[in-house]
Amino acid sequence: MRRDLGWWALLAPAFLLMTAFYLAPILQVLAISFTEPTPGLGNYERLLTNPAVQRVIGTTLRICLITTLISLALGYALAYVIALASPRARRWWLLGVLVPLWISVLVRAFAWVTLLRRQGLVNQGLQSLGAIEAPLALVWNETGIVIGMVHYMVPYAVLPILGAMREIDPRVLAAARGLGASRGTVFFRVFLPLSAPGLAAAAMLVFIVTLGFYITPAILGGGKTLMAAEWIKLQILDLVRWGLGAMLASVMVVTILVLLGIFSRVVNLRRLFGAGA
Amino acid sequence: MSAAAHALALHRLGKRYGAVAAVDDVSLGVERGEFLTLLGPSGSGKTTILMMIAGFTEPSSGAVRLDGRDITGLPPERRDFGMVFQGYALFPHLTVAENIAFPLRVRGLGRAAREAKVRGALDLVQLAGLAERRPAQLSGGQQQRVALARALVFDPNLLLLDEPLSALDKKLRAELQEELRALHRRIGRTFVNVTHDQEEALSLSDKVAILNHGRLIQIGQPAALYERPATRFVAGFLGTSNFLAGAVMDVAEGGFTLALGATRLVQEGAPPGARALLSLRPEKIALLAPGERATNEVAGHIAGWLYLGAGYALQVATADCGEVRVTLPAWRAPIAPATGLPVRLGWPADAAVVVAEDADAP
Repeated sequence: MRRDLGWWALLAPAFLLMTAFYLAPILQVLAISFTEPTPGLGNYERLLTNPAVQRVIGTTLRICLITTLISLALGYALAYVIALASPRARRWWLLGVLVPLWISVLVRAFAWVTLLRRQGLVNQGLQSLGAIEAPLALVWNETGIVIGMVHYMVPYAVLPILGAMREIDPRVLAAARGLGASRGTVFFRVFLPLSAPGLAAAAMLVFIVTLGFYITPAILGGGKTLMAAEWIKLQILDLVRWGLGAMLASVMVVTILVLLGIFSRVVNLRRLFGAGA
Repeated sequence: MSAAAHALALHRLGKRYGAVAAVDDVSLGVERGEFLTLLGPSGSGKTTILMMIAGFTEPSSGAVRLDGRDITGLPPERRDFGMVFQGYALFPHLTVAENIAFPLRVRGLGRAAREAKVRGALDLVQLAGLAERRPAQLSGGQQQRVALARALVFDPNLLLLDEPLSALDKKLRAELQEELRALHRRIGRTFVNVTHDQEEALSLSDKVAILNHGRLIQIGQPAALYERPATRFVAGFLGTSNFLAGAVMDVAEGGFTLALGATRLVQEGAPPGARALLSLRPEKIALLAPGERATNEVAGHIAGWLYLGAGYALQVATADCGEVRVTLPAWRAPIAPATGLPVRLGWPADAAVVVAEDADAP
């Protein structure tokens, strides 16, 4: 008992820090959503009645889902190449995947604007090749947001998928071929199911992170396509509607907690499957 | 017998990795229904040979033939061989039944036929109650049996085994050796096994191929290899052996005399030249009682001894034959071993065999 107390005492500073600077503000935001401008569930009622709120949520979910799907597809292909590469080549591939993580998200967003705008490299290149007549609208819309977000999220997709792939025993793949399966069958019946836990983890990770994106949509969306984070900032800082902004923030926190609950189950499933055991 | 009559024939098979020959000009045949073991130390090329038979490794030279048909260029999935991998390589995401059904599923077998065959295979390896378990929930011996059932369920005409028992403890290994042997007799298929365990090779196989440095040294029935090893390597790798090298004297009909210093040994057989090397098994040497005579007699004293339960292993220091290893049963042993005890060793003219020195390693 006394020893337990000692452990708690050691944990106390971290606990107090987290409570004062992290938990308390979040709870306060949650409280504001119920008290401003008038006490009650008025702000949450807007979820069902206000088309603007519904549009923001719809846009956010749509962009996040598209981003997640594209990031998973690209991430899986990249992870597959890296998993099968020689150790030497693997180091270079990994470096290539990780380098973007070290560049400021702001720099990357502006770089994409430069590349994708009407007089940008991409449009001018396509025009000079004669592939298109008029410049494509690649930025300041949903397309631009998705391109920027996918670029940011692909490394987050690659790492868990690669982890799952590298746990696959190559002898199991050889065994499948020895038992009569073609290369394609080995991939779909053995490799893909065995890497599925990594795919699920990557899907959760990418989706949760994209839900809270702020800078990339703000710059590449050009103010025309609003996602949740920018909309919240607009309500609180520009329109001073604290209650409404806090409501959507709370909804997002709860959504992410629910997704994390599912995510932790996926991680447990992976143990259950005995992958790499 | 021509190579075409064998179920499986390796014709001048070779595999080079750069300048290193992992497998060097190996030719051998396995008859239908035979149990062949490739035996050798690590680096002898035995696993490379198995991988070339299975189709996972492409030979640098030579051919693999099945029933006279050249299959050297065929990918592994089209060879129709059952294979038990080292460490079993079961699919961790599938149940035992699904693991066993895998080769049937990829062959497009219908559900009903699949289930019947899986049930039959589970019965064959006595795992009927564990069909719905996952591999991670099974013991090593059970996993081994699942791997065996999976390799046999589609009635392959050839079963390849890559060190199938090496991951098991000693007692379980002995048990599964007997099961594997009985299984082979029961289903009558051709088995090709790879191992570094000489005991396993002797007890399981109809025929053993001994490999060293990528070369086939000797192939034959276990007893023939043990009793008549061709080279020093075979005699030393299969069991233990004493080696006696000397000058050949007095060649006579059916035998010769070998001189080691002042000692003269009478040996059956024909001498290979002016010098000869004999392999003499420790269990063929007797301890002579006072006054007892033998064709070959060597005196010495016990330099060291081990008690092994079933018997004693003695090291006897002699003047001309060096240190000679002798085993004798512990039950009613003629002497109580003690270091320094003088003993006389005796053996008949047909106890030892003439072996060749091995060619130098490449």
